[in-house]
Amino acid sequence: MPSRVVNVIVAGLGGQGAIKASDILADAAFRAGKDVKKAEVHGMSQRGGSVTSDVRFGDHVESPMIPPGEADFLVVLAPSEVEVTRPLLRKGGVLIPPDLVDEATLPNRKSLNVALLGALSRHLDLPEALWLEAVRAALPERLHDVNEKAFRIGRERARKG
Amino acid sequence: MERRLLSGDEAVAAAARDGGVHLGTGYPGTPSTEILEAFSRLGGRAQWAPNEKVAMEVGIGAAFGGARALVTMKHVGVNVAADPLFTAAYTGVEGSLVVVSADDPGMASSQNEQDNRHYAVAAGLPMLEPSDSQEAYDLALAAFELSERWQLPVILRMTTRVCHGKSIVTRRAPLAVKAPAFRRDIAGRVMIPAYARPAHRRLRKKLASLAAWAETTPLNVETKGDGKLGIVTAGVTARHAREAAPGASFLELKTVYPLPLEKIRAFAASVERCVVVEEGDPFLADQIRAAGIAVESKPEPFRFGELNVDRVRRILARDTSPEPEPPKGKPPQLCEACPYHPVYAALRKLDAIVAGDIGCYTLGVLPPYQGMDTCVAMGASLGVGLGLRHVLPEKDARRVVSIIGDSTFIHTGVNGLIEMVYNPPETGHVLVVLDNGTTAMTGQQEHPGTGRTLEHEQTGKISIEGLARAVGVKNVDVIDPIADVGGFEKLLADRLGKRELSVIVARRACILAAADIRKWEKAAADKCAACVEAENA
Repeated sequence: MPSRVVNVIVAGLGGQGAIKASDILADAAFRAGKDVKKAEVHGMSQRGGSVTSDVRFGDHVESPMIPPGEADFLVVLAPSEVEVTRPLLRKGGVLIPPDLVDEATLPNRKSLNVALLGALSRHLDLPEALWLEAVRAALPERLHDVNEKAFRIGRERARKG
Repeated sequence: MERRLLSGDEAVAAAARDGGVHLGTGYPGTPSTEILEAFSRLGGRAQWAPNEKVAMEVGIGAAFGGARALVTMKHVGVNVAADPLFTAAYTGVEGSLVVVSADDPGMASSQNEQDNRHYAVAAGLPMLEPSDSQEAYDLALAAFELSERWQLPVILRMTTRVCHGKSIVTRRAPLAVKAPAFRRDIAGRVMIPAYARPAHRRLRKKLASLAAWAETTPLNVETKGDGKLGIVTAGVTARHAREAAPGASFLELKTVYPLPLEKIRAFAASVERCVVVEEGDPFLADQIRAAGIAVESKPEPFRFGELNVDRVRRILARDTSPEPEPPKGKPPQLCEACPYHPVYAALRKLDAIVAGDIGCYTLGVLPPYQGMDTCVAMGASLGVGLGLRHVLPEKDARRVVSIIGDSTFIHTGVNGLIEMVYNPPETGHVLVVLDNGTTAMTGQQEHPGTGRTLEHEQTGKISIEGLARAVGVKNVDVIDPIADVGGFEKLLADRLGKRELSVIVARRACILAAADIRKWEKAAADKCAACVEAENA
């Protein structure tokens, strides 16, 4: 039997960077040597509609999709999506809501996705250095500083929270 | 070798690169679009065709010339390409031809959820289906080998979750492949009836030989469980099923056509209960049962939509109780700054009957505009609009407008334009081409109307208004619906009042693509300025 798989759902609206955030998470887990699978539906998502992306990692992952009600973590980028996606979370699962980080404290509001990953990182057994490598790999160089700062703000916020 | 986290689409592109593919072609369509884009980024030669039929024909030609060719499209694109595909099964190929059919069970971004596995049977072509990115890579490579060995096109069937899902892929060393060369084979490639009759027999012989191969190929994965439950499955469903029933015996089919029926028969006999778990139509179950093998198929409700681990558990438990509703999120909508808002406002104000088409602008069907009355297939707005004009009472016929995007117009709208001139309705007709300078819905791909290649390099540019004038449309106008406030509505009202044929090109760049379009246009202009020939012209 494979060891337990960690299930994370990132939810938001098209254009908020939910898919980018899930790419960064998947890459961080991959860099940590985990088996990783990721699933999402995109195509119409750029048109402002709801987006969810599933990331699963562990020793061995089968399905790329998280069964409904079995997410361990739910990271939500848009207030309107919190109640909509909450049923995807398992009992006792952790919700990381958009207001966990005050957007005004971020160097760039568009980095909320990375800030919430910072908050998520407190709960996951992945080294911080690999998270930051994954953030840098996913973004153009000019955005590295603001996003690393955002990640740290989120990570700090989760410790206080 | 290099290990990377890749989407299924990227994995196919990597396989095409490592498998020595000479030419990749296709038409953008979710979830297949990223294959050719990734192939191009990896250094492969990739190009967009005006539609899937042309892409298929270019692929067939390349494979006749001894090349390895890759042709990509979404499931409904195969409908467009089916004509050349079916006869290419008779002619076979000299090099290698792999056709990717990217199906969309659950219709994340499609107008139907047709199960293209039926195409393999109907055309008589081998079909492979991966369950994740590594298999997408491995099976794409296997498909090129298979195509070369049996001299037949091979269909690689993928689904949304495999195309857009990411998992870890290990690549192999690139293959050296034969250089293209022409070999004359008139009786093999000119399908007049006298040559086609023996060609059909040759095809059936090849399929019999492929069926024998499928019985023993290691591509199909069999694992022993506790002997109580056996699951026959394919595609991403295999991954769901392994998770749902870790103790079961499994036969994971990668060769979905031809099926290894004797292997399946032996597998079914080795377990107490054998269930076929598959997404979409009962394609595997029907063939397996027709071969006299006793297997259980899924209950009818599971024909609809995607499967997941939870739904597979229900299938195995024969549970047909109501399923929980998936979260009702916010639907996609026209972008706030979309140049089509004034078009839909005018159509609504003029109470038009709108024969619509496929693209971002289909979102105009949602409130507040509810600005579309029909949407059936790529390019259908013209034919459907004309059909309505032909039969409706005059006062209603005169309200009918066809609307179509620029890429969709080039795809198959052109044929409808010709029909409009050839069989004009008594009341005339009005076509509005929504030209935002890109294939917006699928992620801003180029097309012949943009005058740029897949790689955004300058090439021949097709003029939509020029085509309309050339085929003989009386009134052809180009208008910017944003810059000319009120102008579009006035023009549309005027054209609806005439008993003539009119084409209005509403031209304004897609808000999401505008910055990139300016960048590419500038790059082209800079290149041109540096070009001596252009100065001399």
